Amino acid sequence: MTGEDTQDSSDGGAQDGADDPDVETDGGAVGPGDGRDDAGFAPAEPTAGEDFEPVQVFPDEETMDLRPGADDCYKCSTCDVNCPVAEVDDDFPGPKFQGPEQWRLKQNEEDYDVDESITSCSNCMRCDDACPSGVPLSQMHNEARGEFVREEMSLLSPKYWRNRILANYRVSAQVASVVPRLANAAMNFGPARWVMEKTLGVTSEREFPEFAEQTFREWWTARGGAAASRQNAREARQRRGDPVDADRRVAYFHGCYANYNTPEVAKALVRVYEHFGYELVVPEQRCSGTPMFANGMLSDARRDAEVNVSSLADLVDRGYDAVCSCTSCSMAIRQEYPELFDFEGTGEVAGSTFEALEYLRINEDLRGELADASVDGFDDLAYHAPCHARNQGLSRQAVELFRELDGVAVEDVGDSCSGISGTYGWKAEKYDVSMEIGEEMFEHMEDAPGETGLTECPTCSMQMEHGTGYEIRHPLEVIEEALVDDRVGV
Amino acid sequence: MAIESDVLVIGGGLAGLTAGISAAREGAHVRLITHKQSTLRQASGLVDVLGYVDGEPVADPFAAVPDLPADHPYRIVGESGVREGLALFDDVTDYRGDHTDRNALVPTHGGTVKPTARYPASAAAGLASDDRDALLVGFETLVDFDAPLAADHLGAAGAPFAADGATVRFPGDLRPDAKVTRYAHLLDENRPVDVDGRRLPACEALAERVRPHLDGHERVGFPAVLGDDDPAAVRAALAAELGADVFEVPMGPPSLPGLRLADRLYDALDEAGASLETGVPVVDHEGGDRIERVLVDRKGATVPYAADQYVLATGGLVGKGVESDRGGVREPVFDCRVPHPADRYDWFEDGVFGDHAFARFGVDPDGELRPTDERGDPEFENVRAAGSVLGGYDFPAEKSGAGVSLATGRSAGVLATEAL
Repeated sequence: MTGEDTQDSSDGGAQDGADDPDVETDGGAVGPGDGRDDAGFAPAEPTAGEDFEPVQVFPDEETMDLRPGADDCYKCSTCDVNCPVAEVDDDFPGPKFQGPEQWRLKQNEEDYDVDESITSCSNCMRCDDACPSGVPLSQMHNEARGEFVREEMSLLSPKYWRNRILANYRVSAQVASVVPRLANAAMNFGPARWVMEKTLGVTSEREFPEFAEQTFREWWTARGGAAASRQNAREARQRRGDPVDADRRVAYFHGCYANYNTPEVAKALVRVYEHFGYELVVPEQRCSGTPMFANGMLSDARRDAEVNVSSLADLVDRGYDAVCSCTSCSMAIRQEYPELFDFEGTGEVAGSTFEALEYLRINEDLRGELADASVDGFDDLAYHAPCHARNQGLSRQAVELFRELDGVAVEDVGDSCSGISGTYGWKAEKYDVSMEIGEEMFEHMEDAPGETGLTECPTCSMQMEHGTGYEIRHPLEVIEEALVDDRVGV
Repeated sequence: MAIESDVLVIGGGLAGLTAGISAAREGAHVRLITHKQSTLRQASGLVDVLGYVDGEPVADPFAAVPDLPADHPYRIVGESGVREGLALFDDVTDYRGDHTDRNALVPTHGGTVKPTARYPASAAAGLASDDRDALLVGFETLVDFDAPLAADHLGAAGAPFAADGATVRFPGDLRPDAKVTRYAHLLDENRPVDVDGRRLPACEALAERVRPHLDGHERVGFPAVLGDDDPAAVRAALAAELGADVFEVPMGPPSLPGLRLADRLYDALDEAGASLETGVPVVDHEGGDRIERVLVDRKGATVPYAADQYVLATGGLVGKGVESDRGGVREPVFDCRVPHPADRYDWFEDGVFGDHAFARFGVDPDGELRPTDERGDPEFENVRAAGSVLGGYDFPAEKSGAGVSLATGRSAGVLATEAL
């Protein structure tokens, strides 16, 4: 290696350039040729030659090159101040260590093992938004977590299997939904839960969410699928005075939870979108991958992401946009897929994916329609913005939209994290931390008028319910109540 | 379609917030959109208006405004514009300093003295013009504040009082690299901690550690970590224990006084009825002489936002509202002209503290704060600029950053609303 020579000579190059107007006029770049002939030094060969790959700075070329991100971290520690886990757990070293510091240690120390504290990061991704320097912190955390699980976790340990089962919720949910009533009884059967806690470390403090007797997809198919949706949308367009053959086609990524547990949210989306004249398709899909990223199960995430990208990319190609009703699903498709995977169409799918309310705000006069509408049957609502909505710049849209809606008042319960972070709060060893993080939100909810909660995230809603006993609704359900009169095809 | 509002403010720092609050108070539907969390969280929390002109300290910043160069933002909004910006700020915060036009002198964590126009209540007992002797207290684990060194600096700077410094261990056994908010919350909650074999509430425990160094000092300064939710109560508890006045010395980032100020201003924006979106950058614009809409990048998807009037408050070179590379200097959102020497070597001076041209880089506004082109005409009829995206002044050398943000932010907000 000629690293030291390179350093010296490129310094010399900059000096020379300063005195030489010719160098300056070509943009001042110190590259091959600049000064090489006249000043007698060999500038920057490894950093400017055609064969140079920046990743070669480090011996291990297999992993993702996150060096530019690590170099951008100037240690201001703002990320640490925003970390909800570090807020309550003084032993957690925080996102700055988990991201750029841990990454540098991995590159420079032969036998450096990723520190186990990475498993205490809940993947809320708040640090991304906090960083004034654009360091890709959550991407670094995902990488580090993946490496920890790959290299350091025993495939025989109960913890590995517990995490794997939690992360692959879709698989258990699929089985359970075949016999929902039996599953509901079995999953919350006390002695079984005791065994699960003792053997697998799944906390027995929480109640498992109920499985619906009919999944959303079953309902969708029974209702007539895409053909029925096209018909409903055409009728709506006619009613609204829009061109009947308008090009309004949307692919719905419902995710696992709306399919197996809260089909009422998915149905609300379908009815609201059809009300605005959109025809929907419900493509083949697996888990968005969020719980897998959060548990370092990157190969499971890759497997499911590939299916999702491939089926959405086909539709995007044909002019569809994709919408999600869960803000972690939209976050995964928009940000984590392009950061971690390179399937064909990943970027196009990310660029055409939206959160359900966001899409209507952009394309319709949603605010105007809600201002003229009213709702019955909703208590005053305590709204909690999920971290993954916050990180997409969507933390305030529900409050803003419902400000002018008659019949309901919505109060934002503040910017704290709910603390459950998907599978995090289900782990016996994380339960207390999870509840401590959520404490601020519980207090704000109880201070707010009304005893109904509102949020877009399924696991935030579990935590809100668990901490306060309130019933929790999704903003789409409020919009459905406000705008959809005729429940077409119920 | 697009997401619509009357006035769209781009940027969530002091200038953007002031523009948003003033426009919303005038009755406009305002939406404020920020790329990242507010840079106020990194700032000292002090509000300076004009500390130095040509390297000489300024006693009365308002009196100095008419003598500034014609392209200085203060000359555009005038002395009354500066006063109105501060009046808005005084109305929404509980800052001190509005009883006089003269600059206050606030000790910094480096032991220098900064001329500033407004300061938080927590810094009030620390003013350098006060002749009571002061004890500065640092914490072993908070290495950004070396209290004995800062005290020596104050002595060398000719402060009219005796300053001594002491370093103590913060009670409660926080990890050596604990976040500043850990200190603040421990004191807020006043939870019992172990100190010298006894268990005491945190404020009492801290006072216990400081007491042996007190030695008759009438006021005690701590790094600015004295509480997040209720700093006044923390100061009062410490003052009662120590029998001395207690103040905070502003610190570098992440800064509790900056966090508290950001929280207060965002609440005021909310109270004024404005909408807010954070975490997404504006990347492009559409329209000719008039901006029709801007495009926001939301994790890969491009989302249009339309408004009648726009306020550009994206910050300067450090805040990324002005960008430079070897080829030139540009304003990335509306691509407004940023005057700069063609020869890159004229952008700076050799001396570190020289009169660098780059410090003044920014858009060149007309009398209504609209960025102008080469001919001096507005680039767009409905875009106004505020804060450090404006050129023509050197805020680090002048200590005028906050004042320019308040004055031009308020002005831009009012002008935008009048144009509706």
